[in-house]
Amino acid sequence: MPRLLTALATAAALALPTLATAQDMNPNVAARHAVMDVLAYNLGQIGGMAQGRMPYDAAVASAAANNIYHLSMLDIAPMFAEGTDNASAQGSRALPAIWTDMDGFNARWAALQTAAEAMKDAAGTDLASLQGAMGGLGGACGACHQTYRQPQ
Amino acid sequence: MLARLGTLALVLAAVGGGAFWVLTRPARLSADTLAALQAHSADPQNGEQVFWTAGCASCHTAPSVDATASTEERMVLAGGRAFATPFGTFRAPNISSDAEAGIGGWTLEQFATAVMLGVSPEGAHYYPAFPYTTYTHATPGDIADLWAYWQMLPADPTPSEAHEVGFPFSMRRGLGLWKLLNFDPAFATPVPEDPEAARGHYLVEALGHCAECHTPRDGLGGLDRSQWLAGAPNPVGEGRIPSLPPQGWTAFDIAAYLETGFTPEFDTAGGEMADVVANISRIAAPDRAAIAAYLVALRASPNP
Repeated sequence: MPRLLTALATAAALALPTLATAQDMNPNVAARHAVMDVLAYNLGQIGGMAQGRMPYDAAVASAAANNIYHLSMLDIAPMFAEGTDNASAQGSRALPAIWTDMDGFNARWAALQTAAEAMKDAAGTDLASLQGAMGGLGGACGACHQTYRQPQ
Repeated sequence: MLARLGTLALVLAAVGGGAFWVLTRPARLSADTLAALQAHSADPQNGEQVFWTAGCASCHTAPSVDATASTEERMVLAGGRAFATPFGTFRAPNISSDAEAGIGGWTLEQFATAVMLGVSPEGAHYYPAFPYTTYTHATPGDIADLWAYWQMLPADPTPSEAHEVGFPFSMRRGLGLWKLLNFDPAFATPVPEDPEAARGHYLVEALGHCAECHTPRDGLGGLDRSQWLAGAPNPVGEGRIPSLPPQGWTAFDIAAYLETGFTPEFDTAGGEMADVVANISRIAAPDRAAIAAYLVALRASPNP
């Protein structure tokens, strides 16, 4: 019987993260997820063109690259407030390494700004230029997620 | 009576010890493998492809080398990365071509014995953090090509650091028993009929070692092959490693992810996978497509 209770409690605990809604999510976590979602939306436009999933359109590419650039200029520090790592805040995959190595984390965000600026200049030129800038942008995303984000 | 019991105990201990000694004896390459290695006309260009597919750089570069590092930086196998596991913390050694600090003084036979059997030139078992249970499926030709490419890699003088492993795992001879349970020369899944998927099967099961993270492990750290690539707890940190292929992904999605790190939703690979992408983005496009073809075909087989 106690075993069954433990199993039920474990199942309930495991189910919790999927039940978490925007309302009960820590506002800092919700805000940074929103930034990442808008980044991904715009990356989808230029990335989709780079991968040949959709035809190249200079105007659409330019607009998306501009959005990414402006998103990268956000001051994200307040959203990464103390006490909002994956162990403390429900639904977060932000590793404690962010807070123990804030300088390294900030350098990663700065690297995104550099890559986004290069993409802003390249995206509207032609498909080859867009593709050329894509590696740097993807690398900036990946390098930060390599160190500072928990797998699923 | 007591004396007799004592004698019996001694005999049993001797037999047990002898059996342990025989059962845990480090293996040697078969005559066939040796002959194939030596007869092979080495192609360092293919060796470079094997190098990136097998992901040597992910574990053996210095800790400061991340997924954005240049190809030249990824070729310096200085070692020093720490891998915290339930069995202790393993430190990847220097395997650069340095004759003192690295493996520059090795022969092809010693290299192949290490990679394909997990046995050092001194005859000691390596810990299976080194995925030789994967590499044992590689062709002798690919291993000989890899060694030919190795000769072109730079030397680095950084000394290797010792693993931090407690008793009983600190007794390397005992790894012979682990190998009896987990060292399987047979492939985990049948070779697909489609030639592209068959190539992917080889790349995944013999070189890419995807299963080392994507397949769950038992209490002794052996892969549970009945749940092949079905997803698992992260072996070196928090969180979970997803099942393969990811739900809803096409072969195109998988190949694009392995090349660019972008998921179909334009999230990016993180954790150890970011470094896997850094390696796999450097292999030939048809091989990425082959890996994708194999993984997509896996969906037809039982995959929870």
